[in-house]
Amino acid sequence: MSHTVLNCGYVPLVDCAPLVIAKELGFAAEEALTLNLVRQPSWSALRDMLALGHLDAAQMLSPMPVAMSIGLGGLPAQVDTLMVLSVNGTVFGVSHAVAVDIGPVPFGDAHALLRALRTKRDRPLRVGVPFHYAMHRLLLSYWTSSTPDLRIEEVTVPPPRMADAVADGFVDAFWVGEPWGSLAVQQNVAQLMMTGRNVWQFAPEKVLAARHDWVESNEDAVRRLMRAIFQASAWLDKPKNKPLAVEILGRSEHLSVSPDLIDPALTGHIVPRQNAPPIAIRHFLQFHKNAATFPWRSQAAWIADQLGADDAGIEKAKACFRSDLYRRNLSGIGADLPGASEKAEGSLQFETAVASTRGHMILAADAFFDGSTFDYTREE
Amino acid sequence: MRVRRDSCPVDLVTAFANDASMNQNLRILVVESDPVRVRDIVDALRNAGWSDVKALAQISALDRTVKECTPDIVLIDLANPDRDTLEHISYATETSKRAVALFVDQTDDDLTQAALNAGVSAYVVDGLKMERIKPVLQTAIARFKLMRQMQSELDAAKQALEDRKTIDRAKGILMRQRGISEDESYNLLRKTAMGQSRKVIDVAQALVTAADLLS
Repeated sequence: MSHTVLNCGYVPLVDCAPLVIAKELGFAAEEALTLNLVRQPSWSALRDMLALGHLDAAQMLSPMPVAMSIGLGGLPAQVDTLMVLSVNGTVFGVSHAVAVDIGPVPFGDAHALLRALRTKRDRPLRVGVPFHYAMHRLLLSYWTSSTPDLRIEEVTVPPPRMADAVADGFVDAFWVGEPWGSLAVQQNVAQLMMTGRNVWQFAPEKVLAARHDWVESNEDAVRRLMRAIFQASAWLDKPKNKPLAVEILGRSEHLSVSPDLIDPALTGHIVPRQNAPPIAIRHFLQFHKNAATFPWRSQAAWIADQLGADDAGIEKAKACFRSDLYRRNLSGIGADLPGASEKAEGSLQFETAVASTRGHMILAADAFFDGSTFDYTREE
Repeated sequence: MRVRRDSCPVDLVTAFANDASMNQNLRILVVESDPVRVRDIVDALRNAGWSDVKALAQISALDRTVKECTPDIVLIDLANPDRDTLEHISYATETSKRAVALFVDQTDDDLTQAALNAGVSAYVVDGLKMERIKPVLQTAIARFKLMRQMQSELDAAKQALEDRKTIDRAKGILMRQRGISEDESYNLLRKTAMGQSRKVIDVAQALVTAADLLS
């Protein structure tokens, strides 16, 4: 097996962990890969670099490959999702002023929060999100669309500056990935109200993406990359490994923030406001368990539907979530594979056992806050 | 909704007066926080004959400035983290038809070529060689104009097709309801439109909408 060097783009966030761990703990080396991790200043830059061939693969927001495949925003390019890198892991927070306005709301109650926010507002709520084609933005739209009298103004703010944006009064609220929500709490400029899970319990957050052409002509490298990331994500989900993961991620060449800002996301103990005790949140950020890395075609369909795609667009989106490659490349290393590549998104209220290649696997709850189910199957 | 062009906010860091002899009617917005670089870039642009240049350093004003000034081209450093914000503003203001040129610090001809070949409004400029700014920007703008023209032709063609479908549906409704021929239906639509000083497509649209409501 010849040694391969791959340029892999990422944005410094806690959920870039599978890439960093694959490199730092030698999971890539075991597959004869050198991962050259290239930090990107913005999602647009990362997307352009991938589309133009300067990156072989990249961590992307899950809606990005879908948007690119159906020709939305920036460079149109055929980009595939090889696997999911992380599920959930985002937080919604509001400024102290808004918190005073809306009064006490139980943490994580998406319905109560909507009711509280819709009252007494004479201007739109300005909500900072990291990127237009981001799960944060889709969840925000999905959550608020049921309440037309709550007017939302979406503002794109680079995550590292989200805390400043709240402090300056530039945004009233934000939906952001960690550690940037915890940073806003640490700087005492905002309070966290809920997590992304409170709107969708199993939302694919970041994905491993690569150009379709490149994937087709580099089969072997793709397989090794996927295996290395799979092993890294399995390592990351083990509780005993969390302290080391926190330390590695915090290093200057990666996130360059103090460990106490990384710890909440990795251990699922979120401090909602300064001096409050942490709240334990199960499945706050998942890397591996419950088939977290499996690129469900139905997840792609949901994303495309939220982006307003028509039937043809939804089919394109489904095709770019490469569950076929996942099956082919990971079955040899003991990955348990679900029996189907699509599920009715939102239909699981509880953890549920489903048929898999090794018998049964447990899928996590994936319900939406409004109890609806998304089952996209073409009517024949 | 069109935003008026003459209503730029005053919080621009640098605003340069129009020089009538050099003005090529191109409105350029430079997003850059380093004052030295801003001066270099603006000087290079002025030397190249573009004088309607605004520079913006304060990121929080980017949103408003782009919406209100509607620049024809936005120049921003490839490494600037505010690119995501700029892109979002482009969707929000339907200005994806606006050229965005990117500066990179190191010369990278492959990347430049790939960006141009991709045929998008993202053009990479060798940021530190100011003497190259003119040809690269001219190429970028020419390509951008061509793309915009192609896009508007495509939009017009799509609209024409949509209109024809609507008129066909309206004709069909009239044929069924009044038992008249296709030609007679079309003449009826046309006569009604002329009588009310409206377009045939508007009358057809009203008829189709009404029929949908009644069905």
